[in-house]
Amino acid sequence: MSNASRIKFLYILMTITLLLVGFFQSWNVALTIFNLCLISSIMTLGINIQWGNAGIVNFGVMGFAALGGLANIIISMPPTQNAWKVGGEIIIIGLMIFTLSIIFSILLFKKSNLNNKIKYLISFALIISGYFIMRLLVDAPIEKIEAIEPAKTGYLGGFNLPVLLSWPVGGLLAAFSAFIIGKISLGLRSDYLAIATLGISEIIIYFLKNEDWLSRGVKNVNGLPRPVPYEIELQSKEWVLKISDYLDTPITELSSIIVKLSYSILFFVVLLIVLFLLEIAVKSPWGRMMRAIRDNEVSANAMGKNIKQRHLQVFIIGSAIVGLAGAMLTTLDGQFTPVSYQPLRYTFLIWIMVIVGGSGNNFGSIIGGFLIWFFWVQSEPLGLWFISQITTHISDTNLIKSHLLENAAHIRLMFMGMILLITLRFAPKGLIPEVKR
Amino acid sequence: MDFLNGITLIANYIVIPGLTYGSQLALGALGITIIYSVLRFSNFAHGEFMSFGAMSSILLSWLFISLGFTFHPLPTAIIVLPIAIVLTISYCIIIDKFIFKFYRKQNSKSVINLIVSIGIMFFTGGLIRFIVGPGDKNFFDGERFILKARTFKNITGLNEGLTLKTTQGITIVLSVLLVILLFWFLNKTKTGKSMRAYSDNKELALLSGINPEKVVLITWIVTGTLACVAGTLYGLDKSYKPFTYLHLVLPIFSAAIVGGVGNPVGAIIGGFVIAFSELIITFAYKKIFFYFLPSNFVPEGLLQILSTDYKIAISFLILVLVLLIKPTGIYKGKII
Repeated sequence: MSNASRIKFLYILMTITLLLVGFFQSWNVALTIFNLCLISSIMTLGINIQWGNAGIVNFGVMGFAALGGLANIIISMPPTQNAWKVGGEIIIIGLMIFTLSIIFSILLFKKSNLNNKIKYLISFALIISGYFIMRLLVDAPIEKIEAIEPAKTGYLGGFNLPVLLSWPVGGLLAAFSAFIIGKISLGLRSDYLAIATLGISEIIIYFLKNEDWLSRGVKNVNGLPRPVPYEIELQSKEWVLKISDYLDTPITELSSIIVKLSYSILFFVVLLIVLFLLEIAVKSPWGRMMRAIRDNEVSANAMGKNIKQRHLQVFIIGSAIVGLAGAMLTTLDGQFTPVSYQPLRYTFLIWIMVIVGGSGNNFGSIIGGFLIWFFWVQSEPLGLWFISQITTHISDTNLIKSHLLENAAHIRLMFMGMILLITLRFAPKGLIPEVKR
Repeated sequence: MDFLNGITLIANYIVIPGLTYGSQLALGALGITIIYSVLRFSNFAHGEFMSFGAMSSILLSWLFISLGFTFHPLPTAIIVLPIAIVLTISYCIIIDKFIFKFYRKQNSKSVINLIVSIGIMFFTGGLIRFIVGPGDKNFFDGERFILKARTFKNITGLNEGLTLKTTQGITIVLSVLLVILLFWFLNKTKTGKSMRAYSDNKELALLSGINPEKVVLITWIVTGTLACVAGTLYGLDKSYKPFTYLHLVLPIFSAAIVGGVGNPVGAIIGGFVIAFSELIITFAYKKIFFYFLPSNFVPEGLLQILSTDYKIAISFLILVLVLLIKPTGIYKGKII
């Protein structure tokens, strides 16, 4: 099959599947899956531009998504009363001192021509003293801030701006940290890069879990503002009541469908914009250059391409897209829960989506995101059904049967592993292979 | 007296836990390093292989306990360890036969193998949770302590107690034995030498008549053994939970890279570097200062460099530092 007909076939298949879920399960479920499919496919697009077009292995998806989530808090939550008075500024100053000590030691390495050992010694002393000065300044105000109504706030809060603004800001936050991470780790071989990015993303999550003054840590931030109306508001609107009468659906169900549908429209618009921009980028001379670097670094270098700069560029772009999607995800959830960021669910599942969809093909990434998310959600009931089918002939009191049924939900990890392994074995280019240009 | 108290405190909270955790990390890192130097890829599934080994020990020790075979002072899991090792090795070899062999024949890039190992990680993780469930499993039986804090205090008359758990003792002794055995095997036996030759220069090794499939088989046997022992010891010491092994992969990788990937000595050193720095950085030094300084000099606060919540993050921080300063690790890698 040619690529175009593959795309048509798979997209139609996916649409029909989601419609079937709508008709047979419920429209609420179908739209929930659809929304998360959209977000997953945006994340997948971000990783695809890095892996598919530039050959960079980024296992830091989880960290960038969490930073996008953090943007939601910083932008949209109201500032906590008094938090800034008791020492918000001091925290910022402390952090700046620490950052300055790091910047100075980097400058020392780049500019001075001292002996290497002396350089290490001085920069070590600089960073350590910067750290302790920060701790001296910051420890007391942090305690005070965390003591302000710890059950409700106990953190700095945000700027009380519209939540939609947090999506681009989430992207920027991720891009900024991608710049730093890229500077640290992009010179490494692909294996090391994978491990380094995975490690750094874990550090980000640990930071968000433990720094209560910033994001309330494991206490979570609930009740983030929404870009769409609340269900209760809708239920009193006249046009909603009319539709409810016309369609003969209960008003509670209809209002939640409308809310989800408006999210879908927002996400779909973002997906279209990202896809449009990426398609332009991939087809442009820039895209050709990226692929040339991916296929043969040495000859691309010989042609005068600055490989380190290009890699950094594409690393930042891809990570920003992941951050954008992470911000959207937190907006959809309405809360920020650092504990929920697990590498299996964020980093590795997104990678399965990229590989299965077809690395190097944006349309493939989207269908990969849709299909894998759909399976991820539906394989739990599927596993349960599978086990109960095999064990129909065993009596219900049998210990083995009850044990199997209890653990059937975990089959989905096995499913995911098998999908990835089968794809790599029999269709290593994915469902929709990269276009030969 | 104060001086001895201080020393005991350090021994109790840093030295013994550090040696235990360090040995567990070192055994894990050895597995990763050996796979890397022979098969040339980073095996992300190694944590799950360790988990598989621990699960086999758990199931076997439950079986043995229910049949009435217990060996009182020692935990049953140690007695069944050989059988668990055989199970883990068989699992590794089956995985290799059906999955890795294909990519080896194709001469795939190492990054493809890495992604394949992620697929195996998912599959094995699901399999383990399917067999034993995701919950906490405690499978320790036998004597809990070799040395109790109170006994130590009575003997020495110090204020600070020193405890040595059976699991800690077993971990350290078993790791030392296993490492000695491994180095003997790699350096003295013909098979071990052929393995090193293969990892050093594949083409030359093939020319001198070394059977590549045999080398790969031996590699998986060694790795399976290490993974099973490391997983079981970690599970015995800290109680077994399937998902912790996914998080253990990163400190283990850090240990391997810090020591220098491909170098067994480096892997061991790296394991201890990671373990001790985690403990040293998160230790609250107030009590130590209390013993070592005159009482009016003791500063206020807990005197922690970083809070204990950051324990695991420290291993990644060290990893990042090493990658920045000396990407080859302490010992230059890839020599086995």
